[in-house]
Amino acid sequence: MEFLWRSLSDPLSFAFMQRSLLVAVAVGILCAVVGSYLLVQSLALLGDAISHSLLPGLALAYLFGLNLFVGAFVAGVISAVLIQWIRSASPIKADAAMGIVFSAFFALGILLITLIQRRARIDLNHFLFGNILGVSATDVLTVVGITLLVLGLVALFFKELTFYSFDPLGAEAAGLPTAKLGWGLMMLTALALVASMKAVGVLLVLAMLITPAATAYLLVPQLQQVMLLGSLFGVSASLIGMYASYYLNVASGPAIVLTASFWFGLVFLSRVLLRSR
Amino acid sequence: MKEQPSSLCLHRAGPTGSLVVRALSVRYGSSRVLQDITTEIQPGRITGILGPNGAGKSTFLKGLLGLVPLERGEVCYRGRELGSEQVAYLPQRSVIDWTFPATVWDVVLMGRVKPTGWLRRIGRQGRQRAAQALERVGMSAYRDRPIGQLSGGQQQRVFLARALAQEAEIYALDEPFAGIDQPSGEILFQVLRELADAGHIVMLVHHDLGQALTYFDEVLLLNQGLIAQGSPQQVLQPQVLQRAYGSSILLDLAA
Repeated sequence: MEFLWRSLSDPLSFAFMQRSLLVAVAVGILCAVVGSYLLVQSLALLGDAISHSLLPGLALAYLFGLNLFVGAFVAGVISAVLIQWIRSASPIKADAAMGIVFSAFFALGILLITLIQRRARIDLNHFLFGNILGVSATDVLTVVGITLLVLGLVALFFKELTFYSFDPLGAEAAGLPTAKLGWGLMMLTALALVASMKAVGVLLVLAMLITPAATAYLLVPQLQQVMLLGSLFGVSASLIGMYASYYLNVASGPAIVLTASFWFGLVFLSRVLLRSR
Repeated sequence: MKEQPSSLCLHRAGPTGSLVVRALSVRYGSSRVLQDITTEIQPGRITGILGPNGAGKSTFLKGLLGLVPLERGEVCYRGRELGSEQVAYLPQRSVIDWTFPATVWDVVLMGRVKPTGWLRRIGRQGRQRAAQALERVGMSAYRDRPIGQLSGGQQQRVFLARALAQEAEIYALDEPFAGIDQPSGEILFQVLRELADAGHIVMLVHHDLGQALTYFDEVLLLNQGLIAQGSPQQVLQPQVLQRAYGSSILLDLAA
C-alpha cells in the first residue's frame, strides 16, 4: 500500500508531472463530452478527419512563430469547411470527401514538418503521438481554458444540441437553427482535438473522443450519463496512461489510448458474456 | 424589428390560418421530384397526402416545411412565408436512430426545447405540459424506459407526445401509421382528430388507400404533380386514382 502510494505521489513532486496531471484530467473530460455527440451522430470519422488536418496548422504556426493551438484550430476548421463544400457542391459522398481532405492536409503537414526539421530540431513523433510530459505552464492554461469554454457551451446549449443530434429534421421544423448547431458542434470538436493534441497526438486523439464515450454508451441509457461516465473512463485512461508514460518511458498517446481501449474491451466482453448466459 | 420584404406573401391571402402553397417544385440533382404544386391546406381538418411509391409525398411534406430546398414556389401561412412558425414534424420512424441514448421522458421534453427558448432550463410549466402529453398518449408508465426498448407503436406514441408538448399550430406527420399496432393507431387517430377540432393544421403522408376513407377529411393525391384534391369520396374514384397510379391500381382494388 505504502509502495503504491509512493509510486503515485512521488512523480507529483515534479512540476512537469503536476502540469501533465491537469492536462490529463481536462482532456479526459473534454473529449468524452464532445465525443458523446460525435458517437450518437455516427460522426466518428469526421473527428478522425479533423484531427489529421490539424498537422499543417501546427507546422505553419511553428514556422511563423504563432500560437500552435490557434494554428491547429484554424486548420481543423478549414478542413471541416472543405469537406462540407465538396459534399454539397458535388456528388461525392461524405466518407470520400473526408478521405480526400484529411489525407491531403496530413500529407501537407508531414511535408512542412520535414522541411522545418532541416533547420530546427523538432520531433515529429511529439506531434503525431503526443508528449504529455512536455507540456508547459501556458499549455496547461490553454487546455484548461478550452475545456472550461467547451463544457460551458455544451451546458448552455445542451437541450438544443441534443434535440438536433437525435432528430435534425424535427428540430429544424420546430424552428431551431440546425445548420448553426451543426457547425457549432464542428467547432467544439475542433477545440477538443486541439486541446488534446499535446497529450495524445493527432494520430490517436480520435480514440479519446470515441472510446470512453462508447464504453459508457454500453452501460447507461441517457446522453448526459454517457457524458459523465465517459468522462470517468476518459480521465482514468489519461491518468493511468500518463503514469505508464513516466515509469516505462513510452509515448503518452499510445499508453493513454491503450488504457481507454482496455476499459472498452472489459465492458464489451462482460456485456457479451452476461448476455449469452 | 425590420421586416424582410421577401418573407411577405403578397400574391394571395388565403382564409385565415390556411397554408397556401404556390407552384412548389423540388429537384434532387437532375431529376425533378415535384412539379408546380399549388394548393391550400385548411386548418380544422385532417389532410391526407396520398400517392404511389416515389410520388414525392414525403418530399412534398418536407418542401412545405422548408426542410428541403425548393427549386421554385412559396408556402404562406398567415400572410407570411412559413418558416418561423412553430411546426411539429414527425419524420418517418425509420429515419430515427432508436439506439440513441435517451429515455421516453427525454424525447417528450425535446418538444419543449423551442418554446422554452435559448439559455433557459425547461421550467415547471414545460414539464407539466410534457407530462400531460405523455399521459394523453397513454405512455406515462414508460417514462423512464430507454426508447430503444419500445415497440414501433409505442415509439410513434412517444413522438406524438413530443409533438403535443410542442404546442405547435401546424402538425405534419410522415407515415405515422406505418407498422404500428392497432391500439397505438387508434390513439394516434383520436389525438389527430382532437388537434384538428381545436383548429390546427393537421396533415400526414399515408400509403394505404383503404383507410383513407375513414381517416381523412381531405385528401391530396400526388404523383410528382397534384393529381386531385377533395374529400376522400371525391378523390378515391377509380378514374381519378388511375391518373395517379396507372391502370395497375384497378387490379389491386378489385383483388
